[in-house]
Amino acid sequence: MRRQLEGSVAVAKAIALCRPEVICAYPISPQTHIVEHLSDLVRSRELAPCEYLNVESEFAAMSAAIGASAVGARAYSATASQGLLYMVEALYNASGLGLPIVMTVANRAIGSPINIWNDHSDAMSQRDSGWIQLYAESNQEAVDLHIQAFRLAEAISLPVMVCMDGFVLTHAYEGVDLPAQEDVDAFLPPFAPRQVLDPDEPMTIGAMVGPEAFTEVRYLMHAKQMQALDDIPAIASTFAQAFGRPAGGLVRRYRSEDAETIVVALGSVLGTIEDVVDELRADGIRIGALGVKTFRPWPLEEVRAALAHAERVVVVEKAFAVGAGGIVGQNVRLALDGTGVTVHDVVAGLGGRPITGRSLRGLLDDAIAGRLPRDRMTFLDLDTGIVERELERPSGPHAENILRDLGVLARPY
Amino acid sequence: MHQVRIHGRGGQGVVTAAELLSVAAFAEGRHAQAFPTFGSERTGAPVVAFCRIDERPIRSREPIAEPDTLIVQDPTLLHQVDLFAGLHPGGLVLLNSARTLQELGLDDTGFRIVTLPATDLARKHLGRPVPNAVLLGGFAALTGVVSLDAVVAAIREKFKGAIGEQNAVAARVAYEQLEAVHA
Repeated sequence: MRRQLEGSVAVAKAIALCRPEVICAYPISPQTHIVEHLSDLVRSRELAPCEYLNVESEFAAMSAAIGASAVGARAYSATASQGLLYMVEALYNASGLGLPIVMTVANRAIGSPINIWNDHSDAMSQRDSGWIQLYAESNQEAVDLHIQAFRLAEAISLPVMVCMDGFVLTHAYEGVDLPAQEDVDAFLPPFAPRQVLDPDEPMTIGAMVGPEAFTEVRYLMHAKQMQALDDIPAIASTFAQAFGRPAGGLVRRYRSEDAETIVVALGSVLGTIEDVVDELRADGIRIGALGVKTFRPWPLEEVRAALAHAERVVVVEKAFAVGAGGIVGQNVRLALDGTGVTVHDVVAGLGGRPITGRSLRGLLDDAIAGRLPRDRMTFLDLDTGIVERELERPSGPHAENILRDLGVLARPY
Repeated sequence: MHQVRIHGRGGQGVVTAAELLSVAAFAEGRHAQAFPTFGSERTGAPVVAFCRIDERPIRSREPIAEPDTLIVQDPTLLHQVDLFAGLHPGGLVLLNSARTLQELGLDDTGFRIVTLPATDLARKHLGRPVPNAVLLGGFAALTGVVSLDAVVAAIREKFKGAIGEQNAVAARVAYEQLEAVHA
């Protein structure tokens, strides 16, 4: 049924439709509304049977999810930003043990400076943790990706992170079609774990592995992720047949077939990008977009197939590798190796700065006119005056100095 | 597309107003998107929320820089925030105030500013100075973008029991006041 809902509430309801048996989470903005709503659903027994564990930290949340999954329960958690960092050690254990936990990451910047707003630096920091990473463009897609995520995780015995932009999606009210319980039940059968800790049939999982076998175990993790490149589109296609709408998959092309310029992005900014693409198309410019729905595993072949005919690719991403460059951009370059396509890395929307249609239009005008640098990142809407003023200062913390320049903080006497 | 920007202060229900407006538009078969700007939320601090209403699916998620309509829940923001930023000449402003435009020094702005004593109406009908739902009744009267019935249904869905009924009555009174003046 289509309803006007807050993104967090829509996702919580979608999780409940997936019948998780254990939910362990620790509140952190902007994820909190999701687990708050789930805790209401468990308390009112609308979601039953389900054990809702109040834990003392994100590290405990993921550790409890690992335990739950290892005894054969469908387990769910949600986090963001520093919360994700706090569970990192456990994240690697979940993926290393092959436990099909599903977790929402309500994407938020990582401090310092502390910042509660949206970007992708949290999820991107865990791109190599062995979790599958899916990125939602809208709240409808966030709902649909979570339903697919449980099926995918359990099919290949790997944990899946569903990333949705914090505040931009989690706190936005929009129309969302929530599937019927019987349709979700038909799509997502009960969890049949590949490995179970059972006191009646004792065994251990999580053995220490030395040089004699570590490479082989790690190789299998990689092989399973590569296998997911076949499973993800297959599950997305089954989902589309069952629910009558597309969602997820590896990549999504938008007006890119004959495009000379293609914008690549992840998550909710794709909507604004598509509006700008339409604007430029109306002016006769051959431009399109490519939404990356699955970032891990990296769909190298599909990205290459979608981009190789272009003259230039503009990668707009909400995180970057400090001291190196774009993260998505580096992966795109790998996919385009040998094609001669120019790839521009653009960092935008850091710490909640809005990515506006106007700024994107200016950026793409520059790209098409050959004014964007190839050899270094472009920071969209960077206030260079503020940066230069700060560089001239001999001392003091950058954050406080800049906030004083902007009038956000009062100057000391 | 009709774009509404709502200004107020923490505690006045700014975010809820945007939500209610989007629910009302959705119920009438439109596509609607409501979202807040979040900061260090605290009572009394300036808060902004947005609502887009369209016949087609809404893809853009950037804050509304050029609104069609402004709803201002707290007139003291006039001295603190650049409220009219991005508003087109002749653009509509629904301002919560019991004073005249002349008294407010707003009689020569080039915008179409309409005042509504929403806090007084809220005090009278709710017993609390929460102007958000009242102003939505006024918005329905001035713009016709959503019907009063849809606004009232959204209020009742959000607030069960007496508080919903009182807000619904206050929104209806606001609608009738502004309908009589501006229809």
